[in-house]
Amino acid sequence: MVQSEVIKVSNLDLTFETNDGPVHALKNVDLKIDKGDFVSFIGPSGCGKTTLLRVLADLDEPTDGDVTVNGVSPREARETRAYGYVFQAAGLYPWRTIAANVKLPLEIMGYSKEEQLKRVAKVFDLVELSGFEKKFPWQLSGGMQQRASIARALAFDADILLMDEPFGALDEIVRDHLNEQLLKLWKSTNKTICFVTHSIPEAVYLSTRIVVMSPRPGRIIDIIDSNLPAERPLEIRDSKEFIEISQRVREGLRAGHSDE
Amino acid sequence: MAYFWGAIVFWILAWLVNIWIARQNESRVLNVLPPILFGVSVIFIWEASVLHFEVSPVILPPPSAIYFKFISSVPILWGDFVQTVIKGALSGYLMGCGAAFAVSLIADKFKFFERGILPIGNFLAAMPIIGIAPILVMWYGYGWQSKAAVVAVMVFFPILVNTVQGMKMSDKIHRDLMQTYNASYFQTLLKLRLSTAMPFIFNGLKICTTLALIGAIVAEFFGSPIRGMGFRISTEAPRFALDMVWAEITVAAIAGSLFYGGVVLLEKWITFWHPSQRGRV
Amino acid sequence: MNKGSWIGSDNKILPVVCIMTFIVIIWYGFSVVLNAPWEYDKAKRGSITLSTADLISQTWSQKRPKLPTPHQVTKEIWDTTINKKITSKRSLVYHGLITFYETIYGFVFGTGLGILLAIGIVYNRATAMSVMPWIITSQTIPILAIAPMIIVALGSAGFSGLMPIAIISMYLSFFPVVVGMVKGLKSPEQLEIDQMKTWSASKTQVLFKLRAPKSTPYLFTSLKLGMAASLVGAIVGELPSGGGGGLGFRMLSGSTFGNTLHIWSGLFSAAILAGSLIAIISVIQRVVLKRMALES
Repeated sequence: MVQSEVIKVSNLDLTFETNDGPVHALKNVDLKIDKGDFVSFIGPSGCGKTTLLRVLADLDEPTDGDVTVNGVSPREARETRAYGYVFQAAGLYPWRTIAANVKLPLEIMGYSKEEQLKRVAKVFDLVELSGFEKKFPWQLSGGMQQRASIARALAFDADILLMDEPFGALDEIVRDHLNEQLLKLWKSTNKTICFVTHSIPEAVYLSTRIVVMSPRPGRIIDIIDSNLPAERPLEIRDSKEFIEISQRVREGLRAGHSDE
Repeated sequence: MAYFWGAIVFWILAWLVNIWIARQNESRVLNVLPPILFGVSVIFIWEASVLHFEVSPVILPPPSAIYFKFISSVPILWGDFVQTVIKGALSGYLMGCGAAFAVSLIADKFKFFERGILPIGNFLAAMPIIGIAPILVMWYGYGWQSKAAVVAVMVFFPILVNTVQGMKMSDKIHRDLMQTYNASYFQTLLKLRLSTAMPFIFNGLKICTTLALIGAIVAEFFGSPIRGMGFRISTEAPRFALDMVWAEITVAAIAGSLFYGGVVLLEKWITFWHPSQRGRV
Repeated sequence: MNKGSWIGSDNKILPVVCIMTFIVIIWYGFSVVLNAPWEYDKAKRGSITLSTADLISQTWSQKRPKLPTPHQVTKEIWDTTINKKITSKRSLVYHGLITFYETIYGFVFGTGLGILLAIGIVYNRATAMSVMPWIITSQTIPILAIAPMIIVALGSAGFSGLMPIAIISMYLSFFPVVVGMVKGLKSPEQLEIDQMKTWSASKTQVLFKLRAPKSTPYLFTSLKLGMAASLVGAIVGELPSGGGGGLGFRMLSGSTFGNTLHIWSGLFSAAILAGSLIAIISVIQRVVLKRMALES
């Protein structure tokens, strides 16, 4: 029996204690993600989408509820290197070349030198950065730095990719290109991807499912299963189906907004 | 014998308590305990070691002896304190700060001057300025004035460098805004740049509290009336009256901590808006 | 645009030279003023009237001036360095080397101690809470003031020579290193720490691969402060030694015997020593930080 359920969240609740009082970041979140899904989380600031991703990554602890990743707790999943995390900023070390940066998790996880070289070459190819191994981060554009950051997350064998607004700081043209590349990558590696974004077109373009969230307290308003075909050229963004899904997302966001 | 092992046991217990406290959540009350426990256990070990290993009081007196000497010499200690700290260190500190502020305003207005004075100031701030102590004593005599002069020179350069740096720190966006209001140099200075410079200025002020105290005391080694902490130390030490020396050191430590603590409180009051004061670091 | 203007917008050389020239001029002026009373006294006793030209030339060449002129100090330094054997007790180089060794020993041990303490503070909260307040307090204790006593006490216990003075230098230089390194080791951003957490990196791995490299700018700043502090410690430590040597000893003997030229030449040599040591650190700093592409 193939275990196709990769992530399961039930009744998740998270309240932060801050200097300015308690913040109810997540309330009653229920969610199931299957293997190979591309799930986007979209919502305004403070809706908890990043927090949810961080809980999956064991970077934040829930105050209540149950979360399993690959059938185990997020902590065990993290310790067995079940996922790669891509942050909003590339977070590359300026004192290491791009290749050395991508090698960093491999060094930490104890891969052999030959393995490291092999994997670095493979992921450079995947993100189309071959030839830039010996460059330093500050010699690369913002888009290329983010590609390097994605390569780093792909370097070790993790079936899950958690991405927190990775393209948020880039201009739209670069963003379109990276969206296309990400889809290609997803198809060729068949990873399960959780993707947090602000942008409705991006969420609709990339995902098989879209989770619409709203703030105060952070909760899920709607989960939309996309009926777009697997082959998605950029022009699909003008199609009827795309616009319908976008409108449904927009309605969800508005509904969440008017709850306040 | 028993004392010694008792002190060791206390040390271990104190460490365990500290480790436990470290695991708890932040609490004002609990936070005060670890340094106190640590300090107390050090004092116990000190006392017990001196007794147990029969260390000669000429090398290291036990805390108890220091305590007794302290309470029996309060008038002398007070007189020394006033001479060194109030007259020497404090007045020199204020003079040096005032002069440094004045010069940094000049440096701020005249960029040419700033570019020249900054490297020189950085260089001199790293110099063993204490070396001019004998020279200043020669010029100003043995009284507190020469000590104040030494302190003033010692604190001048660090504060100058820090203030000039602070004045450059306001964001371009804020200065542009001031320009749209057609604000004058002095208005911009008072309403914007002084405030943004404050964290840096206080950085310098804090460092200089200890410099001031050291300067005043060491300057007295080179000549002093029969009063003053440096004088007392330099005369009691060769007589091996180390308990008196340590009593003076205790006064110095208390004075230094109060001085530093005072500046920290002032900083909290004036720069309450800065992230480092809001606990957001 | 200041195109090609040699005043430039960032040029430091001209302003520095201007200010230095100004300082030297004022200095010569003050030499006259401060040394004049002695000259007038001497003239009165010899019933001579001094012309202004005489006054100026005399005040600039006294044997025990209250304020020696720059050229007098330079000549004194020249005489006692180039024109004397290094092993002679009259040589400034001899004294300079003694102070140099004390400074370096204290600096090396102080830096080592400082780094170890900083790692302890960053990694162990119990250590941080107990020890940090005392480290700050330790600097409010004017160790310099009790340095003489420490030397005397250690001397009577059998430790003399270089070692006790190096201990004082160590005490003074470890503080800037601890403060700077704690700041530096804590400088990685939350994002970078989270990254490491997602890779399940061990504490040692995080220390060596992230915290240590990121703290290099802070380390160099602290090294410069520590070196300056170590030198001051060495000089003051020499004061009670009564015969050991070194630049502090030189200045003290100058002060005791009224030989002002000794004081000034000793002071200037100490400044030159400090400046050179810090300059060396600065050069290393620039090279290393450039290779690591970190801002200083």
